[in-house]
Amino acid sequence: MPSLKEVKTKIQGVKKTSQITKAMNMVAAAKLRGAQEKMEAFRPYTRKFNEAMSNLSGGATTDQFPLMEKRDVKTVELVVVTSDRGLCGSYNANIVRLALKMIKEYEAAGKKVSVVCVGKKGFQAFNKTGKVRKKFVDIMGTFQMFNAREVASDVADNFLKGNSDKVEVIYGEFKSVAVQAPTFSHFLPVQPVEVVGTETAKKISGDYIYEPSTEEIMDVLQPLYLNVLIYQAMLEVGASEHAARMTAMDNATNACKDIVANLTIVYNKARQASVTNELMDIVGGAEALK
Amino acid sequence: MAQQIRLEVVTPKGAVVSEDVDIVNAPGYGGDFGVLANHAPFLSTIKIGTLTYEQGRKRETLMVSGGFCEVSNNKITFLVESAEFGSEIDVDRAMRAKERAEKRLAQAAQHDEQFNRVRAEAALKRAMARIKTAKNI
Repeated sequence: MPSLKEVKTKIQGVKKTSQITKAMNMVAAAKLRGAQEKMEAFRPYTRKFNEAMSNLSGGATTDQFPLMEKRDVKTVELVVVTSDRGLCGSYNANIVRLALKMIKEYEAAGKKVSVVCVGKKGFQAFNKTGKVRKKFVDIMGTFQMFNAREVASDVADNFLKGNSDKVEVIYGEFKSVAVQAPTFSHFLPVQPVEVVGTETAKKISGDYIYEPSTEEIMDVLQPLYLNVLIYQAMLEVGASEHAARMTAMDNATNACKDIVANLTIVYNKARQASVTNELMDIVGGAEALK
Repeated sequence: MAQQIRLEVVTPKGAVVSEDVDIVNAPGYGGDFGVLANHAPFLSTIKIGTLTYEQGRKRETLMVSGGFCEVSNNKITFLVESAEFGSEIDVDRAMRAKERAEKRLAQAAQHDEQFNRVRAEAALKRAMARIKTAKNI
């Protein structure tokens, strides 16, 4: 039986912890709202962008543009987008696990793999593998577009130099507040966006007036498109990080409550035992005096 | 009433304008262009500059930074990195930004830093577009 004092300190400690986790839960909830708003504000932009891209690529052929060039895949680059901070359950671990699985698959197929880490947690996980080509850390908190631009242009440059033949982005998709799943999407070479509509959509696209020329527009659009993809991934990761932390901290708070309840029982038992012991001592003493 | 065209300005931070307007003037890649109702399908890149549109007697100016615009089905959509109404621009701040950018530009020229030069140039262009837009109301 642990001593009364020990149990009491333990209970207090766990209560303090639960205060912290509860506060973190609320902070995450507030931040989640902000991140989610940003994500939703960005959605119309992405949608329009995809529309325009699909209109354009209806008329363009794939080999015309260096960013669309399909090469024999020798080196694959994975852009792993994770959060900068931990304490959000298995969220980052899941992304890293998916990335590791993909690395294994590519390497089994005899391809070289390099990794670009966006977010500190991913870098910490991949630092030892020696595959990290570049890292972008401590940029997840701000959600600035130029951060995404930096990443996108770096990755695109590397692709254009021929150091990578295929690029994929791995990130945590925000499905709902309760569900975040690690997922990957194709990044480079740029694939022509599928025209969603039917024949009519294709017909319209042919009649566009382009200023300056299709090629020049594509030259501007494609890097932008990559920015959009990366930014989208960063936003999703940001939102799902907070959602994951919210759930994790909620679980932690509940676990704290359970522990406190159990410890309280232990404490009460111990106290009762000591009371009984004392009583027995007194009774024994009184009995001896008779 | 004359026919109108739907104008939408969308930035990564959300839609800025979504209105039916009479005419739109925009800074295109090869120079400014105007778009009226029932324009043919059209796609152009947009430079940093001033976008104006008129709606009856109302005339609005917007500072836009690079992106592109698409016209189809009597609708004109601008996808730009940022858009600010002329009336909301802080001119003092833009002035300061301009001076800063000029200073950086001079520095970059001295040390021959290509990357910084490009960035300073873009900042300068944005600052100047802001000032111009704000004064144009």
